[in-house]
Amino acid sequence: MSHGILQIVVFVAILIAAAYPLSRYMKFIYTEDDLFRRGRLRFLGSVERGFYRIVGDRAAREQSWKTYGSTLLVFSFLFVVVLYGIQRLQGHLFLNPQHFPGVASFISLNTAASFLTNTNWQYYAGETTMSFFTQMAGLAVQNFVSAAVGMAVMIAVFRGFTRHSAGTVGNFWRDLYRSLVYILLPIAIIGAAVLIAAGVPQTFHGYAQATTLQGAHQTIARGPVASQIAIKHLGTNGGGFYNSNSAVPFESPGSFGGYFELLLELLIPFASVFLFGRMIGRMRNALAIFAAMFVLFAAGVGVNYVAEQHGSSVLRNSGVNITEGHGQSGGNMADKEVRYGIAETAVFTTGTTMTSTGAVIAGHDAMTPAGGAVPLVNIFLGEIIFGGVGSGMYGIIFIIVLAVFVAGLMVGRTPEYLGKKIEAREVKIAALGALFPGVLILTLTAAAMVTHAGLASIYNPGAHGFTEALYAYTSQAGNNGSAFAGYGATSFSAYMGAIDMLFGRFVPLLAALALGGSLALKRQVPASAGTFRTDGPTFSVLVIGMILLTAGLMVFPALTLGPIVEGLMH
Amino acid sequence: MARAIGGSVVAIVVMTLFFGLLYPAVMTGFASVAFPSQAQGSLIKRDGATVGSKLAAQGFTSPKYFHERPSATTPAYNAAATTFANLGPTNPALAKAISENAKAILKLEGPYNPGLTIHDIPVDAVVTSASGIDPDISPAYAALQSHRVAAVRHLPLATVQKLIKQNTDGRWLGFFGEPGVNVLELNLALDKLGGK
Repeated sequence: MSHGILQIVVFVAILIAAAYPLSRYMKFIYTEDDLFRRGRLRFLGSVERGFYRIVGDRAAREQSWKTYGSTLLVFSFLFVVVLYGIQRLQGHLFLNPQHFPGVASFISLNTAASFLTNTNWQYYAGETTMSFFTQMAGLAVQNFVSAAVGMAVMIAVFRGFTRHSAGTVGNFWRDLYRSLVYILLPIAIIGAAVLIAAGVPQTFHGYAQATTLQGAHQTIARGPVASQIAIKHLGTNGGGFYNSNSAVPFESPGSFGGYFELLLELLIPFASVFLFGRMIGRMRNALAIFAAMFVLFAAGVGVNYVAEQHGSSVLRNSGVNITEGHGQSGGNMADKEVRYGIAETAVFTTGTTMTSTGAVIAGHDAMTPAGGAVPLVNIFLGEIIFGGVGSGMYGIIFIIVLAVFVAGLMVGRTPEYLGKKIEAREVKIAALGALFPGVLILTLTAAAMVTHAGLASIYNPGAHGFTEALYAYTSQAGNNGSAFAGYGATSFSAYMGAIDMLFGRFVPLLAALALGGSLALKRQVPASAGTFRTDGPTFSVLVIGMILLTAGLMVFPALTLGPIVEGLMH
Repeated sequence: MARAIGGSVVAIVVMTLFFGLLYPAVMTGFASVAFPSQAQGSLIKRDGATVGSKLAAQGFTSPKYFHERPSATTPAYNAAATTFANLGPTNPALAKAISENAKAILKLEGPYNPGLTIHDIPVDAVVTSASGIDPDISPAYAALQSHRVAAVRHLPLATVQKLIKQNTDGRWLGFFGEPGVNVLELNLALDKLGGK
């Protein structure tokens, strides 16, 4: 295992080395009022101003959180309709070399909700359902847009701390445009080019036909894959071109593929924490949050790695050789790929589920009880351990508000954070944002357990089947999109999932905006001797405690019915 | 509200055209010029005919070939409908599948590996891959099969072992991930060598 651990450590070091300078660039992009007015890149400024003109907001005027949020909602609602329409009509549209018919209504609805909300739950199998046009002009567009929406809201919430006695939190169109064009697009282009070089297909030709060495006929799915996969990871979306997602070598070739795609996934979430520090002008505060997230990340990787290397009882009792070394990685290789082995799979699985990506390089359903509980707990904790692009940072703000509130109660002072008094309104909003997803998950899982249609959606027998259902509603509420993929071949689960994803996305998102708006209105109070310090290890511990208290306690009873029972029985 | 609707409609059209059509079209143009083989799916041709892709398993049953890992796709090794097996770690069906796969391997490889027991079978040989088209097997599984392939083809074992080494994709940068033996490329190399 020592080589595996070393790999992971080196990978994380590279990741941090890339994310830190990116945060500097992001600050420049978000805080300059008038980007590229002069100089060689001034055409970029002209295009940007052109965009504001055509969306009817020539001056990109500052908006209150309510205007910001309602513009966002209108934009999202109209986009989900378009996305639904494209799928239904794909049989009549172009770029459909496999002649796929229109997608069934319940699948289209689930998928539209899924991509709009940055979940990318794949109810469908990409290579047998979706035309090139749907993949490109429907799904991949949302990979960009849903990520940018998350980033826009994050910046608006950050402004709640950087502005004082202000009635506005920024302009939605501006934050959206800058996220899309200056941050996501250039990295996606580089990412796609690298993936193409590594072997990911990028073509408009239909599927390839081959005659195998033994004379059989083989159809090989391909298409405009690389352009979609780059943004799928960078935007923490996760919806693959192929059904088996990044486990498929065409989507993620070589040992290189998994690590490179994980790097893309974690880049913006890591950079966002540093960006917070830069925007508030206090990096130490951001580092305290970073440390809290990092500890939980490392714990997740460790548990999954050890559990999967140890293997399941079925494997150990079977007698086959699962010992690492002598030309194999060993461990639980069920639904895993040889080129990744156990270490790369463990770090990818943890990374993809603690951010809201949900791409997979292995089948989570086949993981051991303890190993499979890691992604489940990661998602349940609210996608705030780094979290999705944008959504992770605005989600952790809820926890921070609750943490300083609890600390305030303990020391008997009015809680404040970064010079902003935290009062009843902020605590209520934060509690709503932090607790709502858990309530949603448990309610829908319960509904899926007491209805015939819900029970029919389960694939594996026993406690593992319950875990499948719990994982499905957790993943969709958390806008993650990974799955215990045996679950859910019913229209019931498609409709339930759509509800889960839409509420799981927009309730916390609006709560975050409301919180940002409320904080921006406040005056800044100077720090005094009695101010609780929020920039050291004590605060990191408090944040971890708060994460475990809010989401952790809610998931624990459900865990006892699923992975814990399964682990104890075998 | 009306302004938000109007602005949204325009934004949706512009974004769909730009990110949905222009961006993938530009990347496709780049790919066809810079990396034409990768862009089309890393297809492998022999005597002018496409025999498969470097990145997809295709299923071998003949004793003269190296065999791939089990696949959960329908039919097996379907590169146009990838899937996991999704058998949970405690599912009795998993135990059954492992035991059947192990038995088949013992029967096939046993005659060429005297004293072979189930404890010598590496785990990747008996459980499905995640994609169903994993092009690689572990070096351990390749070593196990090398005795059979050498015997059936009347080749010295050392020759086969050398080919295994040549067709092993090492860790990326010699460091990241795990090494894997590309089965299709290995079998092509064997065919090229001749022998029956």
